[in-house]
Amino acid sequence: MGKTPHRRKTYWNEPELGLWERLYILEVIHGLWITGGVFFKNMARWLTFRKGALTAQYPEERRSDYAAGNRGKHILTQRPDGRPQCVACMLCATVCPARVIEIEAAFDPDDAAHPKHPARFEIDYSRCVFCGLCVEACPEDAIRMPQDVPDLPAEDRSQMWVSRDHLLTWSPRSDAAKPYGGPR
Amino acid sequence: MMQDLVVVLVFITYAILVLIVFGVLLTWVERKQAAVMADRIGANRAYIRLPFTRIKLVWIGLFHAIADGLKMLLKEDFKPDAHDGLVYEIAPWLVFAPVLLVFAVIPFGGTLVPSEILSFSESASKWFAGRTYQMQIAHLDAGLLVVFAFGGVTVIGAMLAGWSSGNKFSLLGAVRAGAQMISYEVVMGLSVLGLVLLYGTVDLVDVVKQQSGIVLGVLPAWGIFLQPVAAILFLTAAMAENKRVPFDLPEAESELIAGYFTEYTGMKMGLFMFAEFIEIAVIAALFTTLFLGGSNLPFLGDAGFVFPGGTEVPLAHGAVVLIQVVVFLIKVLLMSSFQVQVRWSLPRFRYDQLLRFGWTFLLPLGILNLVATAVVAYVRNG
Repeated sequence: MGKTPHRRKTYWNEPELGLWERLYILEVIHGLWITGGVFFKNMARWLTFRKGALTAQYPEERRSDYAAGNRGKHILTQRPDGRPQCVACMLCATVCPARVIEIEAAFDPDDAAHPKHPARFEIDYSRCVFCGLCVEACPEDAIRMPQDVPDLPAEDRSQMWVSRDHLLTWSPRSDAAKPYGGPR
Repeated sequence: MMQDLVVVLVFITYAILVLIVFGVLLTWVERKQAAVMADRIGANRAYIRLPFTRIKLVWIGLFHAIADGLKMLLKEDFKPDAHDGLVYEIAPWLVFAPVLLVFAVIPFGGTLVPSEILSFSESASKWFAGRTYQMQIAHLDAGLLVVFAFGGVTVIGAMLAGWSSGNKFSLLGAVRAGAQMISYEVVMGLSVLGLVLLYGTVDLVDVVKQQSGIVLGVLPAWGIFLQPVAAILFLTAAMAENKRVPFDLPEAESELIAGYFTEYTGMKMGLFMFAEFIEIAVIAALFTTLFLGGSNLPFLGDAGFVFPGGTEVPLAHGAVVLIQVVVFLIKVLLMSSFQVQVRWSLPRFRYDQLLRFGWTFLLPLGILNLVATAVVAYVRNG
């Protein structure tokens, strides 16, 4: 039995080359025309001090086109006096599937309305999955997730913990829903 | 005699500097041009920090070439157990040296009269009195033949590198390199023969001089207008010689790791890459010399610009020499850039397609072009 040569299966969408494509040189010129066109278009933009690329240079530049509902870096909302809205109820830390929220509650006898408050409120962004369950769970609207991504390139995981003061101040926002305070 | 030595040494220094700078610059050009063609920004992270300050100089990514060089120099010099000692060591040099040697016969400027340039110094101009030089390292009557002779040596280096590495991928790459480069050498030679018929010489200085006129009233008498088919054939074959996309079968990354230099590390591998980038510049220089009129600028003579309307703009000899050198460099840079554009536009051939393209399309086309040129030359010159 002699071996029969392998016959390639033919498909219904088999590419067909016309005379134009088989001459090759014309298609080469066509391809060079396209890439050259893109090159000169982008180069004209660069040379006139505009940006000729789609790239965002991440740590230096921030994209402006995040989705409206993008869950980004957390903030802790503030009362008018600048203290956190949080009452350290631990609901967010309990619901967090990645267990990245660590809260240490403290007692303040001077503030009769809100005696319990967080002395520490820390989030580990190396493990956070940005699910937004902490925001859903919060009864006080004390934690929110704006669009911006956590801008945290770090050399070590330990540097990716974010403290209470940072969460309060990186994008300060007071709670408009509460009767005692409007937007500042 | 001493005067000749001084001038030639200056030329050699200039040529080596130009080639090294082009080799380094083209790595940057390749990255940036590819990036701009693809709507990207390109490598721009390497920087030099001024000492004792926090000022970082980025300079649109130019320092990446330095970073590359440092990395290659500091890498471990790995050698496979099965390598062939002597051959493995000399192969990178056999690839690198001929590329530099080819530039020796390429005229990179017009005629230089040192006594006129040094006219500010009485003694210096008297020392050079009455001497003129072609701006070329070695003025050889057989310049074009020397180009092909040295161009052929590169194949041996590539094949030796593949054979001596003791690696099957390297060997495959070497075999491919051999077959490909020998095939395309034929096309390259045939495409240039038409020009030799027209110019009646293989002396590159003479070739450049004959391209200084005007044909058909408007076009400069450059080779590309006299022999357009030959120009395309030559550029195609030269790019295949240089083993770059779309002809990069010998070093096809997706098939052969890195082809014939798979087993080379550090600066030895760097020599292969550097040779490739310098060869881009050398091919561009060769194309400029043969088809783009070398250092000729239309209407620029030895005494200055002479426009057809009778307008004359006399220039000093130094200015003319400077313009010619710069014109040559600009043409070389544009041709290098064109090669980079081809490399980032076209997909790689399959190997059988590559050989079929060379032997059944380019070669007959080259022969046809040669026959047509011969007939025209015979009819015109009798």
